[in-house]
Amino acid sequence: MNETNSLPIQIKGLRDGLLVSLDDAPWADQLAALITQVDSQPSFFQGARLALDVASQVLRVNDIVQLRDALSERGISLWAILSESPTTENTAQLLGLATRISKPRPEESRQFSVENLGEETAMFLNRTLRSGTRIEFAGHVVVMGDVNPGAEIIADGNVIIWGRLRGLVHAGAKGNRAAVICALDLSPTQLRIAEEVSGTLKPQEHPRPEIARINEDGKLQAEFWASG
Amino acid sequence: MPAKVITITSGKGGVGKTTAVANLAVALAADGSKVVCIDGDIGLRNLDVILGLENRIVYDIVDVIEGRCRLKQAMIRDKKLPELYLIPAAQTRDKNAVSPSDMNRLIKELRPDFDFVLIDSPAGIERGFRNAIAAADRVIVVTNPEVSAVRDADRVIGILEAEEKGPAALIINRLNPTLVKNHDMLSPDDVLDLLAVELIGIVPEDENVIIGSNRGAPVAFDLKSRAGQAFRNIAKRLKGEKVPFMDLEAQDGLWQRLQRLTGRK
Repeated sequence: MNETNSLPIQIKGLRDGLLVSLDDAPWADQLAALITQVDSQPSFFQGARLALDVASQVLRVNDIVQLRDALSERGISLWAILSESPTTENTAQLLGLATRISKPRPEESRQFSVENLGEETAMFLNRTLRSGTRIEFAGHVVVMGDVNPGAEIIADGNVIIWGRLRGLVHAGAKGNRAAVICALDLSPTQLRIAEEVSGTLKPQEHPRPEIARINEDGKLQAEFWASG
Repeated sequence: MPAKVITITSGKGGVGKTTAVANLAVALAADGSKVVCIDGDIGLRNLDVILGLENRIVYDIVDVIEGRCRLKQAMIRDKKLPELYLIPAAQTRDKNAVSPSDMNRLIKELRPDFDFVLIDSPAGIERGFRNAIAAADRVIVVTNPEVSAVRDADRVIGILEAEEKGPAALIINRLNPTLVKNHDMLSPDDVLDLLAVELIGIVPEDENVIIGSNRGAPVAFDLKSRAGQAFRNIAKRLKGEKVPFMDLEAQDGLWQRLQRLTGRK
């Protein structure tokens, strides 16, 4: 028991389940070690979706079926088998298991949540946001770069763009009508502050910094920034 | 030296990826490089038609991956250029027949024997695209000077950055200098302003491209065609040569030249 326990099993949390990495030790030992591990922490594994990285192990249909049954008896669903071996991959695919898991993509659609930092929290992004990027943040957002068409920023606070704003920005997304949106070049696809929505603003021949806010008449309006 | 693996992609469909692959392959091979191009658009294969090789296909990429033939058997040699090969896509399967690791294995086998491996990516950002970029050393994004194509190119460049595929290079395809001059089309500057990547070529709109594609003789063979010249220049840039960008104004018709002569703008 102790011997099998010492086999290296790495467990990592993923967005859509757990990733367990095994190595190239004999399969029977690996399987035993995994089952031991699961049985030692039943509450942790109960109901989990499991992806198994089996390195270059060659697994046959029987091996995988046995594994899947053993796991499902313990309330775990086997969802993917990752392998360097094409045979194993084929077998897994044959059994309807995934053989690939998506890596988390740093640039794309992400939600950030910061708790208990008060309303003066800001997120600073030192890059250009390309089409397909979505930033959601419960505070202010500052971008040092452009916001391209097809990119979106949804912020509870203000949004400041030190660059060109050509995508979509929603400031005061939780209803704060005092929120503002500033950009060096304000040519967005759409602006929203609280519930107010403005359409496309014409790109300017010679862009000047602008600030958009809700005016006294309750309309979303942009004006040139003037010092003082 | 092991081959350089270049994937040509775009996000949006119909901007000229396959045409670009065919022409770059022809231009590189005509310039003495050993080239193999791979059609990554499984289920919707086109590259064989544009290269005029569709009637020679016996085995395809899925046959190789699933072990029904050896890699060499699926490689079709070009009619005119003995150093140019095509690995065709399967027409009767879909993108799921291939995985990124399959592509990696395949390319690893090709690398020692060639100077360039060109991969034609399908449109979109799903499985087929992921397969196509899996083994790439370099990615070329093709776009048209149109708002929708540029936005999709931007998305793709964002994904490439996230996947750490290195900086993408850009081809602006089907530029019409007259429309640009009249402010009816995005200019190369407008496109670069948004995408902020390295420009590797501008291909002017040229009806010879369509004629060549339909005949199975890519326009890069045509020494008189402006688009062909543009593709040959890009091929040279891929080899590391410094080639100045073409003067696109020079392709004006007789009327424009007359106008210029008479001093009217």
